[in-house]
Amino acid sequence: MSLLEIRNLSVTFDTASGPFRAVDGVDVSVDAREILSIVGESGSGKSVSMLALMGLLPDTATVTADMMRFDGRDLLTMTKRQKRSVIGRDIAMIFQEPMSSLNPCFTVEFQISEMLRRHTDLDRSARRKRAIELMEAVGIPSPEKRLGTFPHQLSGGMSQRVMIAMATSCRPKLLIADEPTTALDVTIQAQILDLLKDLCADNDMALVLITHDMGVVAQMADRVQVQYAGQKVEEQQVRPLFADPHHPYTAALLSALPERATARGHLPSIRGVVPGQFDRPPGCLFEPRCSFAVESCRRGAERQGPDLGYALCNRPLINGVPADERVADAQVKA
Amino acid sequence: MTDTSQIVEEDLEHVEEHAGPARRGRLGEFWYYFSQNRGAVTGLVVFTIIVLVALFAPLIAPHSPSLQNRDAFLVPPFWQEGGNAAYILGTDAVGRDILSRLIFGARFSLFIGVFVVVLAMTTGIIIGLIAGYVRGWVDTAIMRVMDVILAFPSLLLALVLVAILGPGLLNAMIAIALVLQPHFVRLTRASVMSERNREYVISSRVAGAGVFRLMFITILPNCMAPLIVQGTLSFSNAILDAAALGFLGMGAQPPTPEWGTMLAEAREFILRAWWVVTFPGLAILVTVLAINLMGDGMRDALDPRLKKS
Amino acid sequence: MSDLLKATGLTKHYEVRKGMFGAPDVVKALNGVSFSLEPAKTLAVVGESGCGKSTLARLVTMIEEPTEGELIIDGRPAKAGDKHLRQTVQIVFQNPYGSLNPRQKVGAILEEPLKVNLPDDAKTRRKKAEAMMERVGLRPEHYDRYPHMFSGGQRQRIAIARALMLNPKILVLDEPVSALDLSIQAQVLNLLIDLQQEFGLAYMFISHDLSVVKHIADDVMVMYLGRSIEKGSGDHVFDDPRHPYTQALMSATPIADPNQRRQRVKLEGELPSPLNIPSGCAFHPRCPIAEPFCSQEKPELREVAGRLVACHLA
Repeated sequence: MSLLEIRNLSVTFDTASGPFRAVDGVDVSVDAREILSIVGESGSGKSVSMLALMGLLPDTATVTADMMRFDGRDLLTMTKRQKRSVIGRDIAMIFQEPMSSLNPCFTVEFQISEMLRRHTDLDRSARRKRAIELMEAVGIPSPEKRLGTFPHQLSGGMSQRVMIAMATSCRPKLLIADEPTTALDVTIQAQILDLLKDLCADNDMALVLITHDMGVVAQMADRVQVQYAGQKVEEQQVRPLFADPHHPYTAALLSALPERATARGHLPSIRGVVPGQFDRPPGCLFEPRCSFAVESCRRGAERQGPDLGYALCNRPLINGVPADERVADAQVKA
Repeated sequence: MTDTSQIVEEDLEHVEEHAGPARRGRLGEFWYYFSQNRGAVTGLVVFTIIVLVALFAPLIAPHSPSLQNRDAFLVPPFWQEGGNAAYILGTDAVGRDILSRLIFGARFSLFIGVFVVVLAMTTGIIIGLIAGYVRGWVDTAIMRVMDVILAFPSLLLALVLVAILGPGLLNAMIAIALVLQPHFVRLTRASVMSERNREYVISSRVAGAGVFRLMFITILPNCMAPLIVQGTLSFSNAILDAAALGFLGMGAQPPTPEWGTMLAEAREFILRAWWVVTFPGLAILVTVLAINLMGDGMRDALDPRLKKS
Repeated sequence: MSDLLKATGLTKHYEVRKGMFGAPDVVKALNGVSFSLEPAKTLAVVGESGCGKSTLARLVTMIEEPTEGELIIDGRPAKAGDKHLRQTVQIVFQNPYGSLNPRQKVGAILEEPLKVNLPDDAKTRRKKAEAMMERVGLRPEHYDRYPHMFSGGQRQRIAIARALMLNPKILVLDEPVSALDLSIQAQVLNLLIDLQQEFGLAYMFISHDLSVVKHIADDVMVMYLGRSIEKGSGDHVFDDPRHPYTQALMSATPIADPNQRRQRVKLEGELPSPLNIPSGCAFHPRCPIAEPFCSQEKPELREVAGRLVACHLA
């Protein structure tokens, strides 16, 4: 049984120019100790779906789901009080901007022990000891000295480590990391990613890694979920996803990577942009940009089975060729 | 992988679709947020009525504001005993119709507001732009002078200035403008300082734009939102200060039907004839309240942090 | 004369005052960097935040003057007031949301450089702007729109168009694609490649993303704390990095291939503050192969295997 299971999650924002559906019927499931990566460009709803789980969306958002279970407990029917005891303790989250995620008015020690005070019954000195342990665990050198520092005295990498220490302070079963390294330099990014991976292994923690960086996905994830314009378009284990993407969007995204370009010169690129609030296509959302689209794609897209990566596509690709063409070829040959 | 790459080839003709034709313009968006705020809309309606009344004062007013009726000193409003339907809000000590005087008074109040705000805003913006753009000792000198002005109680300073310049509406307005102007200087300086290092300003510099172009054409329009809000709030401040100066005998001189001056004239009749003080006071209250409500609404609508995305 | 731009020993120090009376601290943002740009070639400047690459951009675009060193552009010494040089070097910034004036329409943004530099009349300006819009892939009806109505990729096209309005010879690209989505990034990179070929532009391409740099760069200069520590042709530097920092940087860059999980050269600690740069080789406190004498002797750039490296042990 999965640790986290969300079915048919939708989030609609009430904006000045009418309702905007940021997440559209997304399923997410995470197993214990698994690293799931949610990939997508801006506007794919990858952050919003996790913020909805955490209950961190503003009042203008309406969240609906058929099912939202965590560790065998139903989050939908829970009271707010019960939910607070799960979120923050069993599910923790870290964000992209470590500098602005820490409260600039308080010391590192205060902020870590605040988390411990709320979710554990440790006393003052035990909290201090645990705070030092945690800081050691996330690789902050000489933690005793750093306890009294304020966030503005820390670099971006150090702040992110403090955020991770806070998030893992109550030994969560699931950590959600929303672009945790996007604001950091590459060498620091490598350190933080290693740290996250080690923490998952050491603490039996599952990780949902939200990112737009295919490189980070390839290095970190066990399983990958690709989102486009608020919908889940594909889900596969990481190796088959990179080897044989079934949704044309995933395929195009991968081939647009500069490092996959065979020679210098033009990169294969996807024409057009992600549809916004006002130009959502009526059928498959990727259809206007898709090079495999056919007439039926204008009416809608079909969800494929697990062998085709649950691709939301009428013509899922197998080794870069649409499945139906392959069948037709085979028939011709036969 | 290789065969997908050729299918999704670059296609410059089909470059990104436009973000969406239905997207409202800035003004439409402003109006949307403004109209969500009921207080602000009420303020706007009341203010519009006051402006219309002021514009069409000669047509609306039942009497001339300076016509003294010797048969009707201190006539109470029409609904009170001894009231007269010809003088809806009663008359003052020399038999002038209070309603008509209030209607014409609106013209003065609005004129004061406009004059003071325009004067304070233009000088304040120019000084603030220089301080924020040039920085260094120029900035320090300007800001210390502004601090000194702000250190005085504003009405007291205005009084002193009027005492030096001599009483009268014009001098009162100049004095008030001077008192209000440091707020504009500070606000402009703060926004200029945050804007001048933005990349679009640097791009303009790299393109060869001169100092004046950078200051007035590139930077200034991006600093206007808070200034407009401050302008509205200063408008009501100006009306209040002008009324206060009028009340103290340092502003508009009688028989001008200015609201503050009307109050001053009516001081000795407060106990005998409540209406001579109440109505001018109410007029000031309503006008200032309407403008402040409007200003708050504008601030909320212009502040991106308060918007829902 | 093949070099469009030649920089020798560029140095930039900033003074920061602490309080009103304290002695000023010196931030050594840039310490003696030399390089040159050639027509139709791309020099990539690579490094992490705080390595001085943005300061370098500000010096090359003559927004600031160097504290020391010489900058020759198009055969003339660079001076802020030189109108000819102003038109020779232009810049495109990372963040397309901050680099366009939100109160100007696209047309006005594109025409501004012409307006302040050339005697063209309104009609010629409009014609030139429309031609440039077409060249970078914007539609004519975009002329009357404000920047906020565009997506990130389109804004970056506008920013590129503006930079090209004066027919510059050198374009400084300060992380031009790192704020863009992957699918848009490829479009903009392709556009840059086309424009370079068409106009023979010299690019100074500042980036921290090595996979992009590898794709677009002819030459690479890796910077660390205001100095260039490895410099050479892209092929040399990428295929066989010699400086331990370059090696660390490259191994830290994630590869989009789950079958190749990289063996990392691990770096200890973080970038020291440019207020007090370590003695000797600035990299020695973090260097995995540092020897004791590295903290005393400052390595100069020397030729190793076809490129320049500033390391005693390379």
